[in-house]
Amino acid sequence: MALVELIDVHFRYAGSEEYALRGVSLEAEEGEFVLLVGPSGCGKSTLLRVLNGLIPHFYEGDFRGVARVAGLDVPKTPPHVLARHVGMVFQDPENQLFLSSVEREIAFGLENMGLPRSEIRRRVREVLELFGLEELKDRAPYELSGGQQQKVAIASVMALEPRVLAMDEPTANLDPISALEILSLVSRLTREKGVLAIVVEHRLELALRFATRMVVMDGGRIVASGDPRRVVLEASRLVGFPPVVVAHQLLRNRGLIGGAPPLTPEALSEEILGVIGWRR
Amino acid sequence: MEAIVAEDVHFSYDGLQPVLNGVSLVVRTGEVLALMGENGAGKTTLVKHFVGLLKPRRGRVLVFGVDTREATVAQLARRVGMVFQNPDHQLFAETVEEEVLFTLRNMGVPPHEARAICDAVLREFDLARYRDRSPYSLSVGERKRLALASVLSYDPDVLVLDEPTAGQDYFNKSKIARLVNGLKRRGKGVVVVTHDVEFAAQVADRVALMAGGRVVREGPAAEVLTDAQAIAAARLTLPQIPAAAAILRERGVKLSRIPLLPGGLYAEVIALLDGGAP
Ligand SMILES: Nc1ncnc2c1ncn2[C@@H]1O[C@H](COP(=O)(O)OP(=O)(O)OP(=O)(O)O)[C@@H](O)[C@H]1O
Ligand SMILES: Nc1ncnc2c1ncn2[C@@H]1O[C@H](COP(=O)(O)OP(=O)(O)OP(=O)(O)O)[C@@H](O)[C@H]1O
Ligand SMILES: [Mg+2]
Ligand SMILES: [Mg+2]
Repeated sequence: MALVELIDVHFRYAGSEEYALRGVSLEAEEGEFVLLVGPSGCGKSTLLRVLNGLIPHFYEGDFRGVARVAGLDVPKTPPHVLARHVGMVFQDPENQLFLSSVEREIAFGLENMGLPRSEIRRRVREVLELFGLEELKDRAPYELSGGQQQKVAIASVMALEPRVLAMDEPTANLDPISALEILSLVSRLTREKGVLAIVVEHRLELALRFATRMVVMDGGRIVASGDPRRVVLEASRLVGFPPVVVAHQLLRNRGLIGGAPPLTPEALSEEILGVIGWRR
Repeated sequence: MEAIVAEDVHFSYDGLQPVLNGVSLVVRTGEVLALMGENGAGKTTLVKHFVGLLKPRRGRVLVFGVDTREATVAQLARRVGMVFQNPDHQLFAETVEEEVLFTLRNMGVPPHEARAICDAVLREFDLARYRDRSPYSLSVGERKRLALASVLSYDPDVLVLDEPTAGQDYFNKSKIARLVNGLKRRGKGVVVVTHDVEFAAQVADRVALMAGGRVVREGPAAEVLTDAQAIAAARLTLPQIPAAAAILRERGVKLSRIPLLPGGLYAEVIALLDGGAP
């Protein structure tokens, strides 16, 4: 079932001359891990704001088009109702955190959902452990490192167990191992629980391997969408390449290698073994 | 030349929990030092000492020979420019242009020069078309670039960039990498705090790995960033090219060295082919 359906969505921020979204259409189903990429300023965060209703409900401006999420008509549905279905991790975690402690921060959304006390306690404990935040649970968010804040922001959204998970550069401040752990957790939720994840990420070297689909935006439009191995080339014109793709291209330009680019060091080394005629 | 010297720096925010446990580190002019390591290791805390925003509880930090306890933040800022991990902590002007002009004014740059410098840095960072907009209406990546533009505008001797590539695509990242290399060639000292191993591979001369408030490994980038064990211990991953090269070695391919960048790996492959069978 399509959990997200955008048809010809336009949006212009009040006070801006240009449209930040110019006719975006996107359909995404349960179980997908959609990697959303594009140059800085192309409208990725703006698109995510449509999914949880911040646009058009909080941001003033011109909105046109159809936006349906989990069967709800976004412009007609209050954000707190959308919030039951769409979890949003914002690009700057610090601005998302406002309570006096990590534990309160994580419990807050659950309390708003009206869950029973015991269930709230269970889920808070679970995500604190999952994200390695137990020791920090009594700290205020402003007493945390940048990466710790980002983990808290992600944990508090994950605790809500939303069907649609919209994540705006969730790993920008995470060390690579934490980034991989969190992206694989998201990937597992898509496969096992049918969650739809829409993840904006610039760090393709970390995120690409988890994507089931890659969507590329440019200038407020979607310009490519599909199999990550194919689309990564399309995207590279706009956002550049991860190093394994650069290496692959160098070898391809020498006529040594062909086909789709590798997405991981493992895949690159396999191709190189082929090039040098290595036999075990 | 030694620009910043940290000697046995100890620090705690609350006086109880130690956050820096005796850090000694030197930042030199004409060199890029990458400071890396797991979340909460103490990187941001350490670099805030370099601009005097935090003062050591024990040990000392010298900036061009001056103990940071004996200088004001404003004095230190003239020589050491810092871009914060969260750009919102340093943006406050009404417009993008004002942001840069304000910094320049503050640093004593005469108005007639400030104008031209401001135009140039806004163009450099692809922000010129936003000059009259509020910084808060920019996308996050654009805000980070504005913070960078603003600090680079007054040309301090040392730059401390806390996660400069967060939120930047590969093109912008390469641009920042070129910029950092340019600064180095002009004799500036640059400290980049980064989780981005690919970026570090592109710019760093030296890498210091931090864990638990200590520097646990320090050395030339080509050594540290290809040292699988040290990298794993710091919760980093090998950059992609050293990772691919390490797999080739494991499979018995004879590489003359573990390259850091795609060009290096390419050269190794060509050498193998020219040299006949592996
Ligand atoms: N609140 C706002 N008011 C006016 N313009 C805005 C606002 N937020 C964003 N914009 C503009 O809309 C465009 C799209 O911004 P958006 O934040 O969606 O980009 P993005 O793709 O997420 O970029 P980044 O990768 O840098 O985060 C940009 O030109 C930006 O300057
Ligand atoms: N204002 C503060 N008050 C109390 N503790 C703090 C404060 N800021 C940071 N800390 C703690 O100090 C330690 C080091 O934080 P710091 O911000 O220096 O880490 P970092 O290496 O920059 O991490 P990251 O990669 O996540 O940005 C962390 O355990 C953090 O929780
Ligand atoms: Mg954004
Ligand atoms: Mg930090």
